[in-house]
Amino acid sequence: MSALFWTLLTPLAGGLLLALIPGTRLAARLNILISLAGFLFSIWLANAVLRQGALDNQYFYIDAFNVYLVALTNLVSFTTSVFSRTYMLHEFEIGRVSERQMRLYHASFQAFMFTMLLALTTNNLGVLWVALEGATLATVLLVSLYRTPASVEAAWKYFILCGVGIAQALFGTVLIYLAAAKVVDGPDQALLWSSLIRHATELEPTVMGIAFVFLLVGYGTKIGLVPLHNWLPDAHSEGPTPMSAVLSGLLLNVALYAVIRVKVLVDGALAGGGEHAPHLAGYLMMSFGLLSFIVAGLFLHRQRDIKRLFSYSSIEHMGLMTFAFGLGGPLATFGALLHMTVHSLTKSAIFITVGQASQLSGTQSIDHIRGVIQTQPAVGWGLLIGTLAIAGFPPFGVFTSEFLLLSATMQSLPWLTIPLLVGLGIAFAGLFRHLHPMVFGNRPEGLMPIKATVWPVVLHLALVLWLGLSIPDFLAHWFDQATILISGSGLL
Amino acid sequence: MSGFLDTYSHLTLTEQAILTLAAMVLVSSFALLAQSRVVATIRLFALQGFLLVVVTALVALDTREYHLFYSAGLTLLLKVWFVPWLLTRQARRLGILRDLDSLLRPGVVLIAAGALVIFCYSVALPIQRFAESITRDAIAISLAVVLLSMLMLITRRKAITQVVGFMSMENGLFFGAVTATQGMPMVVELGVAFDVLIAAVVFGVFFFHIRDSIESLDVDMLNQLTEVDE
Repeated sequence: MSALFWTLLTPLAGGLLLALIPGTRLAARLNILISLAGFLFSIWLANAVLRQGALDNQYFYIDAFNVYLVALTNLVSFTTSVFSRTYMLHEFEIGRVSERQMRLYHASFQAFMFTMLLALTTNNLGVLWVALEGATLATVLLVSLYRTPASVEAAWKYFILCGVGIAQALFGTVLIYLAAAKVVDGPDQALLWSSLIRHATELEPTVMGIAFVFLLVGYGTKIGLVPLHNWLPDAHSEGPTPMSAVLSGLLLNVALYAVIRVKVLVDGALAGGGEHAPHLAGYLMMSFGLLSFIVAGLFLHRQRDIKRLFSYSSIEHMGLMTFAFGLGGPLATFGALLHMTVHSLTKSAIFITVGQASQLSGTQSIDHIRGVIQTQPAVGWGLLIGTLAIAGFPPFGVFTSEFLLLSATMQSLPWLTIPLLVGLGIAFAGLFRHLHPMVFGNRPEGLMPIKATVWPVVLHLALVLWLGLSIPDFLAHWFDQATILISGSGLL
Repeated sequence: MSGFLDTYSHLTLTEQAILTLAAMVLVSSFALLAQSRVVATIRLFALQGFLLVVVTALVALDTREYHLFYSAGLTLLLKVWFVPWLLTRQARRLGILRDLDSLLRPGVVLIAAGALVIFCYSVALPIQRFAESITRDAIAISLAVVLLSMLMLITRRKAITQVVGFMSMENGLFFGAVTATQGMPMVVELGVAFDVLIAAVVFGVFFFHIRDSIESLDVDMLNQLTEVDE
């Protein structure tokens, strides 16, 4: 319990502290320290939960599924804060951001971490909604940090579209509350996930079905599912790059987590049968997921901005995960959990190198970034290897998880492996036609290497490689526990 | 027609008052959609908030859920006083309080709005078997207010009227929570109110960012980011 307290308190208190203290350099250092402390506390928490089993009380509910996301979120937050120090100080020195904006940036960074951790750990579906809306509010001023017309537009779109989307999720939550009030004792218990899951089979199926449609549309907007994805490439590409890394690597996972929690409840309610399709939730997720996967893959081909390119790649991968969780069953669920992890690690590593490559070249335009390997080999190779990993090359972890997902699809719905394979091919081509001239190609005149922190990228990619070669026992066990929680039976 | 009225005749006086007020909330949504003057839009939004306060208080009396009085007080403070005050103040500082933000085709928009209300009732129909009639109407009207606010967001071009639409959508959700389920747990209501408060403040800051970057508050001019090639 005290581990949880410290895990949540660290970013909250850290955010307040960073809002108060002046001094950009000091704040950047403190930001790293706070994130490191948060990461250590989350390891402590994960250890406690894995040893003592799920933690369940009036306010928080922590099991193997969300505690692994808590640890992952804190790890990526820590490495991103390390990258953020050199990156943002460079932006500060060239005068793109003022001292006040830097203070806003650091405070919002930690506030954003807090909202994500709250969303992951809370037991209350209403608080989950509040925290996800809070995550939008904490990041909207960061998207417009540079105050260019394009960034203000991106932030406005992000604010309005995500706000409208997530309002649908609140409506869905009210409907769940309506269904739960009849079967769960006490109004304070009726939105708690732990008591809802105990009564899942008694919940009125019609209301739960309608509620799920609203919740999927609402949280799906935040996941970036096509056709609700319009804001995502803008918001992820116009803000400062460390924000892009955590938005793409972490926030999307948290929104997907919310959908999965609700799906488990709805599956329980609809399992009773009657006139309702028992797999309504799964089918909806599969169709949204597959559509996002294919459409985002096609959009990769026509991108001109390097950050937009990788934002579309995030939509593509979130689509694949949504599809896999919709498919259900232990194999698909295990694969999707692994994919969540490796995608987070790889995508944040890619955004770090993308930020360095565009600082190096002084532009985000794909047509003008050339010869990165010649100019600064560490950055160029990082970008190349990261993209290889995200495109699903063996021996990286993304290959393993995609292979598991394809096998699961082959088992239950073999025809769907064809669009999946075609989609993977389209996305691969879309990434590499742009990447090749950027990393190879001739070095433009007069480009100098920049100061860049390389080890976070190396760490992330090494972890992804490790997960691809052999998943360590304790981690496999951990994923398996989460798989049992979501799909009912384990894989191992 | 008499059969239709019979559905409602067994309700108590308070319940009938709640339904009447619910209808007025819906009418205020239509008014918001059709109103073109910025200052009048903000006032209508405050009026809608006030109707919500009265509904909440009546529901509290009717069901003896006295914690709803806190929600009513919070709404009075936030939606009837603070948000309209903040929007009026920012609009005055930006010099757009008296501006017009008229609809292109008001007739088409209002007919579409009517169709949306019918759609909302058809969504709420399956819930009918499960709940008493007052809940079904509440859910339909709540969804209708949410969708009409979305329509308002789509058809308006000024940032400030879009924000009113955004906040009015939250009114619809709050209305649903109060009438269908006698409010949400207190911790959730406080959280949602906190989000609305922060959102209002961030919007207030944001107007100035928009004006500084495009020298106008017409969001039509925010049109650089697109996937369509020029």
